[in-house]
Amino acid sequence: MTLILIAALPFLGALLPGLMIRAGRTVCAWTTAMVTLTALIGLLVHAPAVMRGEVIRYQLEWMPALGLNVNFFLDGLGLLFAGLILGIGLLIIIYARFYLARQDPMGQFYTYLLLFQGAMVGIVLSDNILLLLIFWELTSLSSFLLIGYWKHLPEGRQGARMALAVTGMGGLALIGGMLILGNIVGSYDLSVILQNKELVQASPLYLPALILILIGCFTKSAQFPFHFWLPHAMAAPTPVSAYLHSATMVKAGLFLMARLWPVLAGTPEWFYIVATTGLITMVLGAVIALFKDDLKALLAFSTVSHLGLITMLLGFGTPFAAVVAVFHIINHATFKAALFMSAGIVDHEAHTRDIKRLGGLRHLMPVTFVIVTVAALSMAGIPFFNGFLSKEMMLDAASMTPWLDNPWIVPALTTIGALFSVAYSFRLIIHTFLGPKRDDYPAHPHDPGFGMWAPPALLAVLVVLIGIAPALMVGPLVAVASGAVIGGELPYYSLKIWHGVNTALYLSIIAVAGGLVLLSRHRGLDAAWLRARRPEAKAIFDSVVGGITQAANRVTDGLHDGSMPRYASVFIVVVIGAGAAAWFGGTAAGATREVTAVGPVPIVGWLLLVVASACMVIFHRDRLLALVLMGIVGLMVSVAFIYMSAPDLAMTQISVEVATIILLLLALNFLPKTTPDESGSARRWRDGTIAALGGVAIGGLTLVMLLSDFPQESISAFHLANSKPGGGGTNVVNVILVDFRGFDTFGEVIVLGIGALVIFAMTESVLNSPVGAWLKQRPATNDKAGDRHPLMMVVATRVMMPIALMVGVFIFLRGHNEPGGGFIAGLIVAIALVMQYMASGFDWAAARQRFPYHATIAMGVFAAAFTGIGSWFAGRPFLTSNYGYFQIPPMGEFELATAMAFDVGVFLCVVGAVMLALESLSRFAHRAGDRPSPYPMDIDPSRDQPQEAKDS
Amino acid sequence: MEYLLASAIGVMSAAGIYLLLRMRTFPVILGISMLTYAVNLFLFASGRIAINLPPVLLNETPTYADPLPQALVLTAIVISFGMTAVVVLLALGAFLSSRNDEVSLTPTDPQAPATEPAAGEGRK
Repeated sequence: MTLILIAALPFLGALLPGLMIRAGRTVCAWTTAMVTLTALIGLLVHAPAVMRGEVIRYQLEWMPALGLNVNFFLDGLGLLFAGLILGIGLLIIIYARFYLARQDPMGQFYTYLLLFQGAMVGIVLSDNILLLLIFWELTSLSSFLLIGYWKHLPEGRQGARMALAVTGMGGLALIGGMLILGNIVGSYDLSVILQNKELVQASPLYLPALILILIGCFTKSAQFPFHFWLPHAMAAPTPVSAYLHSATMVKAGLFLMARLWPVLAGTPEWFYIVATTGLITMVLGAVIALFKDDLKALLAFSTVSHLGLITMLLGFGTPFAAVVAVFHIINHATFKAALFMSAGIVDHEAHTRDIKRLGGLRHLMPVTFVIVTVAALSMAGIPFFNGFLSKEMMLDAASMTPWLDNPWIVPALTTIGALFSVAYSFRLIIHTFLGPKRDDYPAHPHDPGFGMWAPPALLAVLVVLIGIAPALMVGPLVAVASGAVIGGELPYYSLKIWHGVNTALYLSIIAVAGGLVLLSRHRGLDAAWLRARRPEAKAIFDSVVGGITQAANRVTDGLHDGSMPRYASVFIVVVIGAGAAAWFGGTAAGATREVTAVGPVPIVGWLLLVVASACMVIFHRDRLLALVLMGIVGLMVSVAFIYMSAPDLAMTQISVEVATIILLLLALNFLPKTTPDESGSARRWRDGTIAALGGVAIGGLTLVMLLSDFPQESISAFHLANSKPGGGGTNVVNVILVDFRGFDTFGEVIVLGIGALVIFAMTESVLNSPVGAWLKQRPATNDKAGDRHPLMMVVATRVMMPIALMVGVFIFLRGHNEPGGGFIAGLIVAIALVMQYMASGFDWAAARQRFPYHATIAMGVFAAAFTGIGSWFAGRPFLTSNYGYFQIPPMGEFELATAMAFDVGVFLCVVGAVMLALESLSRFAHRAGDRPSPYPMDIDPSRDQPQEAKDS
Repeated sequence: MEYLLASAIGVMSAAGIYLLLRMRTFPVILGISMLTYAVNLFLFASGRIAINLPPVLLNETPTYADPLPQALVLTAIVISFGMTAVVVLLALGAFLSSRNDEVSLTPTDPQAPATEPAAGEGRK
């Protein structure tokens, strides 16, 4: 199985649980398990090769220009982590089937779980740091969904939010760090970066990159001072805690540190930041864990402590410590996942996880007792369990590590950490399972069914097997994974139980003995702990978040006071200011073009335009008059187009003008007919000044542009030269639209169609709201025309209709070679149709409408799309146009271009969109007391004749 | 001719900006339309002024009007119609819902009869 498929499988599989849940919970769980199992098998197929030291690769270019490639690689480290993620994932899926209650939406849970699994697998297999970052963010998002799975619990929601805030923030830092790293090396491919240790460490940007990357790792792996989110994330269902917070997500930070170890490690900065943080976290987590009564909180802080331990080992920077770190990752994943699942079992059966309310469970839950005992003894570091082996090696590594030339600090603190670790592990066993049986459990506890205890039991068996025969069980895996971390020769080490009498053994004995003594004094210590004033992480976090939110609100409220003119004027002033800065800051070339001579026509047009614009400003409060004046301006713009050799634009402008004025008239029917005089003279002066400045700026810019030549050669020459031979048309404008820039046009007609659909949807929602009812009952206005559908107009529009349609067809057909085309033809046909509505009334016209306008838009988009796709069959890119000349006997030679079919799509889209927009607006009018009339004319002589005859 | 075109564009922009800064929806829509004219003409002008030049390929003459700005402005005109239509409907929906055509939020906003978000959308 290719690596991309292994990474993609959980994502694809995430679609299944939502569907399969309809077939029952067991089927759903099995389906999910099958997805993970398939991916796991796909991974294990590669295992023999990886164990031989080969690196499996998969490469796919995505955006090579950005250095973003879908490159995956599988080496020892990747195999170890992917195996953990998929293997423990499989156990968790089985366990969750029995853990989740009947009312929990299981399909959703498995979907989230698979999304998370895919993201994790993606992280550990990525060979491109940009790709890795994408997966990294996906784990933050999917873990947010998983932690907040019980949406009804406030702690769940808050915990999810906190986890997302902390890990998301770390993710941002990580992005920065990784980009710096990639820039130093000049490649975003991990395998390249890993080869460039000297280059990276010599760079002045090494420290910033290191700190940013470490913030990402520390937040993800809950290292001090970011450790606080992990205990709060325990509000998640236990399968989530067992999966995310022991075996996988929190190890993502460790993975990244291990992955980048060959380039980043080995410097004093690395040692003092990473090892110190790890050491503090390890001791702090262990101390707090001892005083937690909630089983999951205890395990959470113990996880924090063990993550600190592994971080510290990676921080040492020695190959031996790296081997120990890898070994402990395996061991911790096995015993901690087993413990989390067991804690879930206790919670599930006894209905409480409070240690103070438990005790004496060993007879009631013997199976769980055995599992917990095995796993907890391993966590404590007792011989014959796997935790002992890595702890011994850790103490060994610590005893050889001086901190600021002091040889005692690191061994002493690690021993204290181990001591507390022993204490809380034994507390977990003794206070939960030993002691007298109680009779006040919230529920009657007993061992769960096989399906629920089998997954932790399997892990417990592994704990023992690795503990007894480490070299046999995991020796090769540790070797190949640490080889990948170190990226060179493996140091001397041996995975065995008895290393002889050495410092580590003494320290270990001190830790076990001290831990047991500590536990025996637990009652008194606990009371003291509860009395002590401790900083509460959640309160601090909440107040920080609250403060930031408040500050953001203040800024937003200050800037956004709801005054649109204010926003607009700020925007305009800023634009003018930026333009002025550019103008006065730079130098412009002088005029290089001759001024074109002016004839009388432009002067008349200019006068009309300027006077109309000025009048519009002066009389804008009379809205109807302003609309008429705007019509004049629009007309003059069309004239300008035609005068300056742009007949296509003139035709478009004039037909759009008609449609726009109709639209505004329809709207004005409901809006107030006048604008009140509200703005004072100061305000008018201010707005007038801004407007005058804007006008001068834009006008001046236009003048400078018009009087200077093109700074670079225009690409128009290319279009002119290729229009006929390449696109088969002499109207270059149309050929550009349907051929050269066809994809642009395709997008634009879709936008137009969407705009019309938005209008339709808004009309629906307004008319179906109480507003619609109000409109219906609105009394008719007094100044209504007596004859709304005059005979003359009805007859004229009907006669015009076929002519207008024919003009439309004509304009369309000539479009490729002469001015015209789909846009203009569409507008003309739409106006011809609108005229029928206006003349004969909405009902009359709507009754004769054959196709809904939505369908017209859709047909247009499809026509354009299929034309484009058609060129694929000729083996060319989307929308490549083709044309040919055909002999049709009576009419002579004809040119047919595929661009024509595309233009049909444009035509249909424009007709549909314009009609849908206008029709929607006129439906307001229709609602407003427009009595449906079956007749096209209010006064019809042929109909009214008998009436009059009767009267006379 | 250059001066005429540039000043016309400037006057239309000024009128558009002034109307854009008014406090009621209808003048604002008119202002947007005026700015649209100005911008379209400006884009068109980037091809420089060409008078009496053929817009389509003929065999006689070697010079033509610049087709590229024309093609870009053509779609811009049609799209701006779509945009105007959407804005008009927003204004209309907002006015019908709240009986108020002010563009700004005011503390004393009369409560709209409709509670549907789509109808209130236009007030943002």
